Amino acid sequence: MQETVRYFSNSERVSAVCREIYSGYGYKQYKMSRFEEYDLYAANRDFLIDENIITFTGSDGKLMALKPDVTLSIVKNAAATGREQEKVFYLENVYRKPKNTSDFKEIMQLGLECIGDIGLYQMGEVISLAAQSLSVIDKDYILDISHMGFISALADLAGISGGARDELIRFISGRNAAGVRAVCSGCGTPAALAEGLVELTGVYGSYESAMPQLRAFSANGATEAALDEIAGIYEILEVMGCARHINLDFSHTGDMNYYNGVTFCGYIKGIPFAVLSGGRYDKLLRMFGKPGGAVGFAIYLDQLDSLSQPRREYDVDVLLVCGERDGVSVARAVQKLRLKGRSVLAVSRLPENGTSWREAVNIEDIISEDKTN
Amino acid sequence: MNSILSIALPKGRLGECAYKIFEDAGYSCPEILSDTRKLVFEDSGHRVRYFLVKPSDVAIYTERGVADIGVVGRDILLEYSPDVYELLDLGIGKCRMAAAAKRDFEEDGTRTLRVATKFPNIAKNYYLSQGRDIDIIKLNGSIELAPLLGLADVIVDIVETGTTLRENDLEVRSVIANISAMLIANKASYRFKNPQINEIVRRISACREDKND
Repeated sequence: MQETVRYFSNSERVSAVCREIYSGYGYKQYKMSRFEEYDLYAANRDFLIDENIITFTGSDGKLMALKPDVTLSIVKNAAATGREQEKVFYLENVYRKPKNTSDFKEIMQLGLECIGDIGLYQMGEVISLAAQSLSVIDKDYILDISHMGFISALADLAGISGGARDELIRFISGRNAAGVRAVCSGCGTPAALAEGLVELTGVYGSYESAMPQLRAFSANGATEAALDEIAGIYEILEVMGCARHINLDFSHTGDMNYYNGVTFCGYIKGIPFAVLSGGRYDKLLRMFGKPGGAVGFAIYLDQLDSLSQPRREYDVDVLLVCGERDGVSVARAVQKLRLKGRSVLAVSRLPENGTSWREAVNIEDIISEDKTN
Repeated sequence: MNSILSIALPKGRLGECAYKIFEDAGYSCPEILSDTRKLVFEDSGHRVRYFLVKPSDVAIYTERGVADIGVVGRDILLEYSPDVYELLDLGIGKCRMAAAAKRDFEEDGTRTLRVATKFPNIAKNYYLSQGRDIDIIKLNGSIELAPLLGLADVIVDIVETGTTLRENDLEVRSVIANISAMLIANKASYRFKNPQINEIVRRISACREDKND
């Protein structure tokens, strides 16, 4: 495996190692078709990251779409009895038009979903798998945890709803204290509560430093329950050995339409964007009339290409120059070098296409070496 | 030791005011004030590197993590919605984003409104919120000319003192947003360089409070 991994790109290495890890926790790979009926996405637009979808007409005249998202298909097909869990992971291409780009992109996405009876352990397990995945990418990573229930409960108490609520979420996710203050004053939020929401934009740090700050803003049973849930998950993460990399960050609001409970996102030093995001999305299950809950995450493997990786010095170890030698002699010589663990490129003459090699060997030398032995 | 913090500043007057704020907060880099064509200035003592870029590009440099933090007008944030943190209103570069028209222009609700602007997204969102059907004409400069020559009915543009409008027989019809310069941060840098960025925000806030006292 090591020998093979040496030639892997970052994303290939990460997907191979992560899939091994997920299998170790009883997750099964989920393989799906490249497209779905367009109706699935049209009916669940709120759950899509962006609304641009590539469509085409299927052979029976139905409007089809290239998958912009994998989770919808998984949830649609999940048996989800609500009594047990369905644990799956996937490695799939999705087709999206990222913000501020002019055209669609094919994005390789690695993800994991746990659907069904979701308790504290399942949430902790999924988040610890998110942390383990990040550590496969690079040891210098941060996983931030937030809770939609906490923010919603505060917004409810503050009497902020509708368009103002969207504004509030936008300002919280931009850590814009002045903006949050303006929304609160526009909605007549009581001063103490408004100040709590404003201070929420500045909360960031380890569990030990941020939790007491959050407890101070906590205003009712719903906010307490959200914080208790984070505390419970954190305890599990400690047992699983990844608590050191966890920060609490309520600017990661995710999408209110999609997520309802704990949400999380992962960053790697050297990559300017989040590479992993996930959370609890029971609402999507309810859309499909299924009982229970769901929690999962996705890793955007295309982001990993910006991470530097050691470049190989040469394309091949040995450039085997074979001239007009017959196929069987070439095969013998190549096989001999391969058995010594060296990479070989057999050519009839020295290439002029930019290929680089450690050592150029004339096939005649190998053949005469064989004869002397 | 702390790694160097990269700061993107807008070229021109706003950049000079912004640099002054950083200098007052203890992050000086005197070379930046010298008459030079250089665009990158580093002060290893204060662990900062400044670079000067086109104002509308500050958000891009910051969003993509080349700059850890930057100073940018709220007009640019509203227009491009970059995925960055908006940590602090610096209170400089104050102006308004406004819709203006010729003094004698009378709005006719039965016709599509022709809007000339450098800020098509801001204009689109504003008129969408009013439920008004518009035709956006994207221009790159001298926006005031458009209504005078009959290219557009109204303009959506930045208004500072209003002198240019007055001189061209135009007037503000509605203020869309108040604009000032914001300190923004890349979302990954905010996490990996959190103590350094928090310290800058704390020092700048403290300086501004001293001045207001």
